[in-house]
Amino acid sequence: MKPALFSYSAPQSVEEALEVLASDEMARPLAGGQSLIPTMNFRIAAPSALVDLRRIGALNGRAVEGDVIRVGAMTRQRDLERDGAVQRANPLIAEVLGNVAHIVIRNRGTVGGSIAHADAAAELPCMLLATGGSVVARRAGGERTIAADDLFLFHMTTSLEAGELLTEVRIPALPPRTGYAFQEVARRHGDYALAGVCALVTLKDGVCSSVRLAACGIASKPTRLAESEAALLGAPPEGEALGRASDAARDYATAADDRQASADYRRDLVSALVRRTVTKAADRARERA
Amino acid sequence: MSTRQFGEAIERNADPALLRGEGSFIDDIDLPGAFHAAFARSSVARAKIRSVDVSAAEALDGVLKVYTCDNIGALDAPLPLLIPAPDLTHPRTQRPLARDDVFYVGQCIAMVVAVDRYVAEDAVRLIDIDYVPLPVEMDLEKAVEDDAPRIHADVPNNVAGRFCVETGDTDAAFAEAEHITRIKIRLERSTAAPLECRAIAARWEAVTGELTVWDGTQATLSVRGGLASLFRIDEDKVRVIAPNVGGGFGQKIMMFHPDEVLVPLASMELGRPVKYIEDRVENFIGASQERTQIHTLEIAAMKDGRVIGLKDDFLHDTGAFIPYGIAVAHVSSTSIAGPYRIPNFRVTFRPVYLPMVQVTPYRGCGRPHACYAIERAMDQLASELDLDRFEVRRRNFIGKDEFPYPREGLIFADGLQVIYDSGAYEETLNRLSEAIDVEGFRAEQAAARDQGRYLGLGFGFYVEGTGLGPYEGGYIKIHPITGKVYVNTGLTDQGQGHETVFAQIAAEQTGARVEDVIVVEGDTGAFEWGVATFASRAAVCSGNAIHKAAVKARAQIVEAAANMMECSKEDIDLRDGAAWVKGTDRRAALAEIATATNPLRYAFNEPSKSATQFAPASRHDGPQLAEGRTPGVEATDYYSPPHATWAFGAHAAVIEVDPELCTIVVKRYLCIHDCGRMINPTIVDGQVMGGIAQGVGGAFYERCEFDEEGIPLNANFMDFLMPYATEVPDAEIMHSETPSPLNPLGVKGVGEAGTIPVAQVYASAVEDALQPFGIAPIREAPLTPDAIHRMLKQASAA
Ligand SMILES: Cc1cc2nc3c(=O)[nH]c(=O)nc-3n(C[C@H](O)[C@H](O)[C@H](O)COP(=O)(O)OP(=O)(O)OC[C@H]3O[C@@H](n4cnc5c(N)ncnc54)[C@H](O)[C@@H]3O)c2cc1C
Repeated sequence: MKPALFSYSAPQSVEEALEVLASDEMARPLAGGQSLIPTMNFRIAAPSALVDLRRIGALNGRAVEGDVIRVGAMTRQRDLERDGAVQRANPLIAEVLGNVAHIVIRNRGTVGGSIAHADAAAELPCMLLATGGSVVARRAGGERTIAADDLFLFHMTTSLEAGELLTEVRIPALPPRTGYAFQEVARRHGDYALAGVCALVTLKDGVCSSVRLAACGIASKPTRLAESEAALLGAPPEGEALGRASDAARDYATAADDRQASADYRRDLVSALVRRTVTKAADRARERA
Repeated sequence: MSTRQFGEAIERNADPALLRGEGSFIDDIDLPGAFHAAFARSSVARAKIRSVDVSAAEALDGVLKVYTCDNIGALDAPLPLLIPAPDLTHPRTQRPLARDDVFYVGQCIAMVVAVDRYVAEDAVRLIDIDYVPLPVEMDLEKAVEDDAPRIHADVPNNVAGRFCVETGDTDAAFAEAEHITRIKIRLERSTAAPLECRAIAARWEAVTGELTVWDGTQATLSVRGGLASLFRIDEDKVRVIAPNVGGGFGQKIMMFHPDEVLVPLASMELGRPVKYIEDRVENFIGASQERTQIHTLEIAAMKDGRVIGLKDDFLHDTGAFIPYGIAVAHVSSTSIAGPYRIPNFRVTFRPVYLPMVQVTPYRGCGRPHACYAIERAMDQLASELDLDRFEVRRRNFIGKDEFPYPREGLIFADGLQVIYDSGAYEETLNRLSEAIDVEGFRAEQAAARDQGRYLGLGFGFYVEGTGLGPYEGGYIKIHPITGKVYVNTGLTDQGQGHETVFAQIAAEQTGARVEDVIVVEGDTGAFEWGVATFASRAAVCSGNAIHKAAVKARAQIVEAAANMMECSKEDIDLRDGAAWVKGTDRRAALAEIATATNPLRYAFNEPSKSATQFAPASRHDGPQLAEGRTPGVEATDYYSPPHATWAFGAHAAVIEVDPELCTIVVKRYLCIHDCGRMINPTIVDGQVMGGIAQGVGGAFYERCEFDEEGIPLNANFMDFLMPYATEVPDAEIMHSETPSPLNPLGVKGVGEAGTIPVAQVYASAVEDALQPFGIAPIREAPLTPDAIHRMLKQASAA
């Protein structure tokens, strides 16, 4: 379990990093290394060069600006989790991060790394999708914003292009009268989710004026549960509407049987998790009202 | 009054250094100029090897040599069968490097020695191996059918041997029985996964003709014997050292893994130290595993729940080879009746070759299997006869006054008859049920069900034959300058705390402070005789040997002290590193005594003056060292147990099952353990807790998975679900002490105990919790959320 030979650089600026990446197709950015280094040790990945992003100050830091939380790609997951301003702006973030791996891994793992890695069972991509966030991507001579809905293409595949760096993650603050919840089932604490659901429910006069639901672990990428959202919209977050939302979620569980869970179990899981997270989010929405 | 050392909850001596990272594991040992080894391993389960092309690897910069079966000389032969047995009719062991055939994914085909491990791994990838794959059967039950593909062409039905053990008259018991319970259970393959994988380093010194081998083994003395004979070197020219070792759990009692002979060979040939530090993937595919057995069990009972007979027929997955003989299966067969009288039983079993890495003992060694089988059957019997689960057990326990309880005709893994020496089974179960508060729990369970929450109570009882022979030794010496006590034995430590408990045993007799006792083991240069660390035997075998040696040393100290202080021996009291004249403040330090008992010619410090020839204190009329005496304070003794001594205990858990998510939460975990007299309760707690953690792995998480072609599917820590600390319940550990009548210390083994009943405890708790859903009984371990989901679905469909 030793990696193949590679070269290493630790540039000070985004521009320099982009230059190295542009000059070598087989070069890869290194963030917290919590996913990339194991794959190199298994020799599943053998990049010719690692461009370590840790010295680039511009990628580190976070700020709450109005109704957007801007998070530098290199922000350690644990730092984001413990940031008081971020917690106040959107308490969902810390709830989700509590389910990502273990503290020691979150100490090194980065927000940008997790999202760029785009594991279909990972929690942060699911959260970005549920909140309707976006990312900023830079390449030599250009920058673009990619909405979460357009970012995740497949398990470990995003619409970031070769040579493009994810520089910032933008997460909306929690809207008014909105409750949130994240819950997952994993085999062990800190494992990737067998199924996880992130719910945001906005209540107006006792009915859902907005519902956003996303799931991880159940398909080839993090998935919006649009039919479940539709079942709840304009209805109270309980009873028959909740039953329909919970049923509708089943069909989004398209992952085949694997060693930990049958497809049938995943269908039941996502359905149960929709019911539980929506109920909890609705309770919180009422508390905030 | 002497201070007690034995029985005290003293902190472990070794921990400060280990916690500060100051331990010295094999990879920490700096061997200047060392080369590093890596292996090319089979990527298919069963195949003919058409060709192995190592030319590209040899040509790589930094590669010193590539070994295949063609250039290892006399080592190109099957490795030893460690424990032969008469009915093991078809034993097969592997060669260090495959010749013509491979038998499992992970089998070593070539070894590269290079300047560092990176280059060695690069070179391994350049080795081109051409296979002709052969069909395999991975299913244990199908593998014994006549038309199943054979792993070894000359082993019919893939069966290594057919075994039968019996006590009493089983057929008569079944003829008399009023009720017969039949169950079939299955446990899955797992692995010990020690935190430090296997490791070996060797240094050959041509000038002196000495071979030093650092091996993370549990059996330094046996490895030395093997290497000396394989390489035809005098035994005293081979030194095997096991330094700090990060866990063994049986995986490191297995010898010889191929690297253990090939690394020394490379060092001898290349004239440089050579290191092989196994990595995690290699440990998953190349180091011993254990656990798969399928038992079909019948118990013959009377209507009142008394079990009068038992029949068990089981299949045991032994992997592609059987180097450790039938130890695991044998222990299962002889432990099957657990704590119950069951006077008549017959167990037949077949170890079966399957194309996977070999099976050799892993903590528990056959006992978790037997415990799961008999305890599941007792639960089943209770339910069929409509009896309380506790009550069924009470009616069958061997009573406190029935010991010693022999099982006629049953030979245990030490080659000696099974005789349970002592126990208090019913008392222990009663204590456990009181600690649970069974009545209170039932009320809580009912109330929870009303709120749609499902709690279950599970428990299991186990016995463990521990402290197997043949023997161990102990050497003790008092250092004449420092007064420190040196203790040696032939065992090795993998973190259990030998250095602390052996120090307590020596301190108890000599009056030294525990921290002044220096225990050195795991080095064939330190002590020459003994066997190894396995079968929960260290405290029993080495502990008693050290005790016996310490008793002798004590006599020497007392006699010398009485002489020195001119009092009678009865007036001497040993404590705080000195001999005291009782009731006075007159004392002689152990250092002075050790000096005075060693007749000297030259003085080197103040106390030594009194031991020189003209000093009044050492005036003699005859020889200064009297006939039959040794200089200084020094003693050696050995302990050989008459047969295994049987520890026991019971565990229980309250588990909440979420029937929708199919997840579990362990609300309470209780354990009562009895290992005879405890040398150190803290260490007993640690052993039991560690055992429980591994038991939890086997109960709910861990399983080595293979596809139909025999390819490992989860040979890494991402996919092999070893429980984290967060998955292991905080156990309430209670102690019970029923001394062993077999040995002077009254101790029994404790190393493996915690592991044994956990799968049963989880299964019975989950079964109890989900009873309202009418699920089928649980018959397989590990249980998983997916399996719970399936059972609930089946129940609701029915
Ligand atoms: C034991 C363990 C358990 C874990 N459990 C979980 C879990 O439950 N849930 C979970 O979500 N994750 C889990 N992880 C993964 C962890 O969250 C990682 O931190 C995360 O997936 C990757 O972040 P990183 O900063 O370490 O990225 P790295 O490993 O450094 O990189 C990951 C990938 O993203 C690319 N990349 C990184 N940064 C950028 C960037 N700015 N622009 C473009 N590409 C980039 C890299 O080139 C690489 O391909 C676990 C990891 C471990 C070791």
